[in-house]
Amino acid sequence: MKTYYSPTHEYVRVDGNIGYIGITDYAQNALGNVVYVDMPETGDDVTAGEDFGAVESVKAASDLISPVSGAVVEVNEHLIDNPRLINENAVENWIIKVEMTDLSELDDLMDEDAYNKLVASEKH
Amino acid sequence: MNRQLYNKLIFELSHKGRKGYELPKSGVESADLNDIPSSLLRKEPLHLPEVDEPTVVRHYTNMSTNNFGVDTGFYPLGSCTMKYNPKINDEIATAHAPADLHPSVPASMAQGALEAYWTLQKQLCEIAGMAEFTLNPFAGAHGELTGLMVIRAAHDAAGDTERDIVIVPDSAHGTNPASAAVAGLKVVEVKSMPDGTVDVEALSELVDKHGPKIAAMMMTNPNTLGIFESRIPEIAEMVHGAGGLMYYDGANLNPLVGVARPGDMGFDVMHINLHKTFSTPHGGGGPGSGPVGVRAGLEKFLPSPRVVRRDNGTYNIESPETALGSISATLGNYAVQLRALSYILSLGREGVKEVGPMATLPANYIKESLRDVYELPVDRVCKHEFVFDGLKDKSTGCTTLNVAKRLLDFGFHAPTIYFPLLFHESLMIEPTETESLETIDEFVKVMREIAREAAEEPDLLKNAPLVTPVRHPDDTKAALDPKITYFEL
Amino acid sequence: MHRYIPHTPEDIAAMLERCGMQTTAELYSDVPESLLHKGEYDLPGGMSETEIRRFFDALNERNAKLTCFAGGGFYHHYSPAAVNAVVSRSEFLTAYTPYQPEISQGTLQYIFEYQSMMSDLTGLPVSNASMYDGTTATAEAMIMSTAASRKRSRVAVSRSVREATLRVLHTYARYHGVDLVEVAETEDGVTDRFALSLLISSGELAGVIVPSVNRHGIIEDFTGLADECHAKKTLLIVNADASSLAVLRTPGEWGADIACGDAQSLGLPLNYGGPYLGYICASKALMRKMPGRIVGATTDDSGQRVFVLTLQAREQHIRRDKATSNICSNQGLMALYVTVYMSLMGANGLREVACAGHSGAAYLSSALERTGKMKRRYPASPVLNEFEMITEEPAAELIARCASEGILAGIATGEHSILIAVTEMQTKADMDRYAEVVAQYSSNN
Repeated sequence: MKTYYSPTHEYVRVDGNIGYIGITDYAQNALGNVVYVDMPETGDDVTAGEDFGAVESVKAASDLISPVSGAVVEVNEHLIDNPRLINENAVENWIIKVEMTDLSELDDLMDEDAYNKLVASEKH
Repeated sequence: MNRQLYNKLIFELSHKGRKGYELPKSGVESADLNDIPSSLLRKEPLHLPEVDEPTVVRHYTNMSTNNFGVDTGFYPLGSCTMKYNPKINDEIATAHAPADLHPSVPASMAQGALEAYWTLQKQLCEIAGMAEFTLNPFAGAHGELTGLMVIRAAHDAAGDTERDIVIVPDSAHGTNPASAAVAGLKVVEVKSMPDGTVDVEALSELVDKHGPKIAAMMMTNPNTLGIFESRIPEIAEMVHGAGGLMYYDGANLNPLVGVARPGDMGFDVMHINLHKTFSTPHGGGGPGSGPVGVRAGLEKFLPSPRVVRRDNGTYNIESPETALGSISATLGNYAVQLRALSYILSLGREGVKEVGPMATLPANYIKESLRDVYELPVDRVCKHEFVFDGLKDKSTGCTTLNVAKRLLDFGFHAPTIYFPLLFHESLMIEPTETESLETIDEFVKVMREIAREAAEEPDLLKNAPLVTPVRHPDDTKAALDPKITYFEL
Repeated sequence: MHRYIPHTPEDIAAMLERCGMQTTAELYSDVPESLLHKGEYDLPGGMSETEIRRFFDALNERNAKLTCFAGGGFYHHYSPAAVNAVVSRSEFLTAYTPYQPEISQGTLQYIFEYQSMMSDLTGLPVSNASMYDGTTATAEAMIMSTAASRKRSRVAVSRSVREATLRVLHTYARYHGVDLVEVAETEDGVTDRFALSLLISSGELAGVIVPSVNRHGIIEDFTGLADECHAKKTLLIVNADASSLAVLRTPGEWGADIACGDAQSLGLPLNYGGPYLGYICASKALMRKMPGRIVGATTDDSGQRVFVLTLQAREQHIRRDKATSNICSNQGLMALYVTVYMSLMGANGLREVACAGHSGAAYLSSALERTGKMKRRYPASPVLNEFEMITEEPAAELIARCASEGILAGIATGEHSILIAVTEMQTKADMDRYAEVVAQYSSNN
């Protein structure tokens, strides 16, 4: 499975035409203690570049921008009762699982190297 | 203020069989509600406390001592204008006001009340340089929303229905974009210069790009750094040239009272926070009042109901067809309006000229007195407030939050912190015109002492507050597992 | 200097010196000359406190002093003297929003009590710290329903909600982009359930807004409505007068998702329109869609129970244009007012208030009918303390004639109809006198 990254710090881990979307470790770290994840419902459509929810900490909130388009086939229900799972392991704890409709959208995203460079530049 | 927390809840003082009221006897025999079908009646009994009057009075009196108000001490909360709230205003609003007057009485029976409304709106026109005000909006944010509706109604009336963009400086308070969103408008941010003023060249590009889509530009002046936007005539000309209107957010009006008027700067629509500039108490978060003023030509769009003065000197309430609609059931927070009117009558034409300069001078004095120990990112004459970017010496890791919390230990309210977002460690100080030089000097002394602690005893500072009745409430716990009523405890 | 400004010439000189300035005019050296206001303001000369009192007393002379039978959402109620005494404490009055919880526990604690009491009244678990008034609270509920649905922008409102609420809803809907559709009334003056069911069945509604006690004073019956709405993922919003919920079936008991309305009836003075209080309560599922401030309980370092503003990521100062609402200042002190009021009154007091209004309404409507000049508009419908009458005399003339006798007869709802409210504040003698004045109509002709 390959992982792609967006400039707004979401990742999509790709398995065939299924994408697991979450926020990066860098993003969870910047946000601090996550207290709530606002998620769409199964069956909802998401569009690349548009928000599908938000992650909230005590005094900040960050929109979740979908890196790809498609239909939500599952939401990570563990996050409802335990949003801090994102702080514990943002990579493992994806937020939504999407059936992607346009795999060519992945070409517009970054690979791990490119993303790490972006993060390094933002830290300065 | 108490040094010990009183944290009981009224529910915990309940004792079955006690009561704190006695209804008047009307002479009509009070029947039960038997003729109302039982399917329409409440099933679940109420769980309100049963308490006697002395218990209630002591409970809330003790509770009040956990609070810090303007009457307790210095409240230099930037952008909130925590000036003294004169007591005569409260007396007027309770003992010399029509407390039993119903808002639906025909205008002929409320001529005094309507004259008070009309007089205040005319005085605000004079002070702000506008043609007419509505006093109906309940608060500043409500005023913003109403003002943006005025702007949309004006564009619509001109057949100009495509304008849906509001330009807002990136330093603006979050309420501006939130109000724009409620009014169905999109926000485009314009960059600030390093000194916090609007980047006029960047604005020019935005105006070229979005011209026919621009509904308005919304700004405060002075801006959130307390700096006067000297290029305001040019900015207004640019926005007007594209067909947009200029909106003045009155959050920072205090330094201009008696000195300069938004209406003379090219602003078309504005709101005033009576609970900031015109001394009405904040009440722990309300009730405020957010009158909206417009320049000549836009009056007809103001919301209904409107108070008008007839040629014969009597007053009437009207709902013109051109109005944007209604944003309230009544003429607004009337008793708050009375307080503001009382304040302006007290100031009079002489006193009004003293407000702006006397609010501005102490701000500059504090800035000059602390700039060697706190980081001053914009070194210019400020207006009623200014912003430090934290301590000058950050090497010990002490933050603006530490400074703010330590101030509480010394009996001062904290300044506004982490706003504006232009700096990482914003500390925004607004002294207002009603604080004596002794109080201001004491504040300066304490701020210098805190800077010394940051250098010499940083661990102490990082633990602040040290002596308040409550220390370091767990915000994360509150948000993760919200308990928002007594019944969830 | 004016008495509210403590600076002496020496103080000013000292401050100017620190700033390196000679005159206060230099403070405005960055303001273009053309923008400075020259000359006098057209305002009266400053007044002393005594002159201010005289000024307002003279104005007040020109307001009619009337025995109030008007309602329409705002009622003349008794309020214990202790309420005003507590609310006037300047620790409450002169505080700002409780952003520093260490020195704002007083405010935070009463908001928590207020939220608890409103939740109890409405039968819904979540309340915020207050809204401006009932009309804007209902408009926020409407917007909340569209935001919660994510995709739907259509909301239905019963024509039987009060006129002012309807007006404000239309204004907010027009600018915010909500497709607000009105549901007609039946001949009996209540929501046309058949028409409403048809709209709900389309599956396109984000929310449905209905009044508990409607604009005619009638208590409406919503049996089955919540199930109909929820089957189509539509939110049920019940607009209700707070005081009435002490005895009437609650929005929670009707299965509503949101309750909203005015709370002036919990003892707030009429004050010619304000400040009043709006409220909004909701189900747990909608907690994070709520507008405005919410206070929660937590603990501090020493383990004490303390209160903080919570769920702030919904709000304008963090979410900016994505916030659930733009509201910041609310009606905080009025929330304290009704909290103290409800503490003193308790469940029994609120029930007595409701019963007194109900009995009074029954007495007065009979007395007025006996004059032969008025009849109940909806005689078969259940009412609490407010009812609508058809008048033989034009309503405006009746109101003017009663006013000259010291009576505010009610609110004209049409050329020959009037809405009349009774509370514990009007005596039997007041009501008899009202009926007498009505009866004199023909003799005036």
